[in-house]
Amino acid sequence: MIPEIGHFAIVMTLILATVQAVVPLAGATMGNERWMAVARPAAYGQFSFLFVAFVLLAYSFVVNDFTVSYVANHSNTLLPIGYKISAVWGGHEGSLLLWSLVLSGWTAAVALWSHHLPTIVSSRVLGVMGLISIGFNAFLLFTSNPFDRLLPDFPPDGGDLNPLLQDPGLIVHPPMLYMGYVGFSVAFAFAIAGLLGGRLDSAWARWSRPWTTVAWCFLTLGIALGSWWAYYELGWGGWWFWDPVENASFMPWLAGTALMHSLAVTEKRGVFKAWTVLLAILTFSLSLLGTFLVRSGVLTSVHAFAADPTRGFFVLVFLLLVVGSSLLLFAIRGQSLKSESHYDLFSREVFLLVNNIILICATGVVLVGTLSPILFDVLELGKISVGEPFFNTTFAPIALVLMVFTAIGPLVNWKRHNFSVLRSSLLQALVISVVAAAIALWTFDAGWNWLVFVTLLLCAWVVSHSLLDVWKKIASAKAGVWAGIKRLSLSYRGMVIAHIGIAITVAGIAMTSNYDVERDVRMHAGDEVDIGPYHFVFEGVKEVEGPNYFATRGFVSVTKEGDPVALLTPEKRRYHVRRDVMTEAAIDAGFSRDLYVALGEPLDDGSWAVRIYFKPFMRWVWGGGVVMAIGGFIAMSDRRYRIKVRQKVSNVATGLMGGNAA
Amino acid sequence: MSRTRLLLFSLPLLAFLVMGYFFLRALNSDPSLLPSTRIDQRVPAFTLPSLMDARAMISEQDVKGPLLLNVWATWCPSCKVEHPVLNELSKNGIRIVGLNYKDVREAAIKYLEFNGNPYQENIYDEAGDLGLDLGVYGAPETFLIDAEGVIRYRHVGVVTPENWRELLWPKWQEMGGKGP
Repeated sequence: MIPEIGHFAIVMTLILATVQAVVPLAGATMGNERWMAVARPAAYGQFSFLFVAFVLLAYSFVVNDFTVSYVANHSNTLLPIGYKISAVWGGHEGSLLLWSLVLSGWTAAVALWSHHLPTIVSSRVLGVMGLISIGFNAFLLFTSNPFDRLLPDFPPDGGDLNPLLQDPGLIVHPPMLYMGYVGFSVAFAFAIAGLLGGRLDSAWARWSRPWTTVAWCFLTLGIALGSWWAYYELGWGGWWFWDPVENASFMPWLAGTALMHSLAVTEKRGVFKAWTVLLAILTFSLSLLGTFLVRSGVLTSVHAFAADPTRGFFVLVFLLLVVGSSLLLFAIRGQSLKSESHYDLFSREVFLLVNNIILICATGVVLVGTLSPILFDVLELGKISVGEPFFNTTFAPIALVLMVFTAIGPLVNWKRHNFSVLRSSLLQALVISVVAAAIALWTFDAGWNWLVFVTLLLCAWVVSHSLLDVWKKIASAKAGVWAGIKRLSLSYRGMVIAHIGIAITVAGIAMTSNYDVERDVRMHAGDEVDIGPYHFVFEGVKEVEGPNYFATRGFVSVTKEGDPVALLTPEKRRYHVRRDVMTEAAIDAGFSRDLYVALGEPLDDGSWAVRIYFKPFMRWVWGGGVVMAIGGFIAMSDRRYRIKVRQKVSNVATGLMGGNAA
Repeated sequence: MSRTRLLLFSLPLLAFLVMGYFFLRALNSDPSLLPSTRIDQRVPAFTLPSLMDARAMISEQDVKGPLLLNVWATWCPSCKVEHPVLNELSKNGIRIVGLNYKDVREAAIKYLEFNGNPYQENIYDEAGDLGLDLGVYGAPETFLIDAEGVIRYRHVGVVTPENWRELLWPKWQEMGGKGP
């Protein structure tokens, strides 16, 4: 009975999504207030029903209802309870349900916090989000129903969750990622609503900004979590593989970063409007493209869900409809957008434009690398695969150039800036950066590497510019340092923190990819290995039993100059149901280095293959991501986003009423 | 409204439509299906060095089965997921020949020492020539090759215990392969 209620709830969400899309949009076109007012209750209703469906699916997992095909395929009576719940989104159907739930959650949030907007705007935004919901709820209901039953012959026990996914990191990674992916639908809906109304101005940009920033923060955290999970769970110490699915999450991130900056220009100066709208469409399109790539199986990947041409076709048609129609709307309406102000060549506007161009180039590189196998295949030029070397050689230089501008952009004034005024502070920061990078590399003492030096220099360049600017702003406030800090706006503080976060991540990447040490050794019990100052002793192995697996656990004790550092216990697990063998790495994480030990195969002479890594500054890679997200959250909580803007926009609203402004 | 402006603003749409066309085509050409010209054909002629011994050469004459020809590389994360399964199959007497695809020799050798070596022999295809002739889409891929050296089936993606049991094992038996 429970699965049928869940099934029914999904049917209801599809109906409510249709209502939420059609009625308010029609109402907005005809100026009918009552119809527009339908948007909010429909959005809340849709969220409630999806929430019920989600809880019921989780319940089916908890009570081991193996008559439900999805549960039978992704769970098992032995599976620990925490993983039973995360198994809800461990497969295609359930993760799609999560996707829909997150989408309706964002919609409900927009409904809840848009009372300060003119009704016509909020109803258009909610209507567009309803259109997207129709697509995903129909996809869920018609091709991927998680409540399908296996009756009358259901298995006595389930096929278990893929052991790779039996991990705490995986409990939070997909929800975070989806919060980000799907969150960009809000910026998209605002852009489409703006195009429909025929008027996009700085008020529009100000409404979109906090939503875009929050989505971006979640996506940042989601990507960082995914990378962290790959690092410790896949067991070979890598943390980014340029895998199509990773790229699918990275492209919206890059485009979303460009969007955040472009929105800033549109809000403050009323320029780049068409470009900003296009970026909003592009960012969400890339999120949808990611879904298509993952679900259709056109690209093979470690993440790939069961490839199913029907599903692929459905997503593709949906993608074509959504992106095609929004770009058509852009082609028709976008042309009439006009800049509201002028700016010089040396101005913050131009610097942010350069930032945007670089970010879009980076997105393009990743897109080309991800899609070229498809392109070559279709053109019958032969099958190719694009690997890490392509991405590393093309992406890294772009990222470094971006760092140069990340530092300068915030220093330059809007409209125009006198370069000679800036020259002295540029020189100051350059000197500080060169010295800081040289000292850092010299202290680390692992050989001179020019590439690392330049990268660290650029990181220091970003940090020193940010801090110098903060210092100047504080110093100009006469009332003391603390008062000076308090005077800085939250969005400025957030920006500074996020930029420092970028520098932290890039510094971590440079150090760990150039100075990591990897040793593959055969070890008998009692054998020893030295890496730098660290002394590793293999103490032997022991058989242990887990809740749903047997494991061989190795013991490796680590000392540094005679002092104990850690006892690492890597495991090789064999799961009962699927008979998969998993390598569970043991990691001693630290501020300046990770020690990473994985257990390989037993060898004929009774020794073991053991892999030992020394990874300097590994935590910085993800730590920077967390700092970026914190910066984003601080920036979006700036109070100017919450000021009632009803009076200010009353004239805008009348403009939006006239739907044919173009 | 000038015509150039209209064209400019239609560019994103045009670019997207071209992309959409390619996606549609890609969806129809299922990557897990070998171009029909390859299935039931002999393994294309090649002479490539062995991974373990750069002086020893391997040719199509050495790839007569029944065996699995497994395309792998150290840069391929999915191959690492698949590796324990191959180890298991090899322990059960399934003959596996590796095609080490566009890889670095030292890294590949170290990889096998660490993760175990399920391969009876490994072809070192540094430039990806044989991979190209076979129509390899990416790694991992696994070809079922019979006693005559004829390709009977192509599997794209990871070999898992399930798809081995349900899909590959019946085909393996069909072409006269023995094993668990």
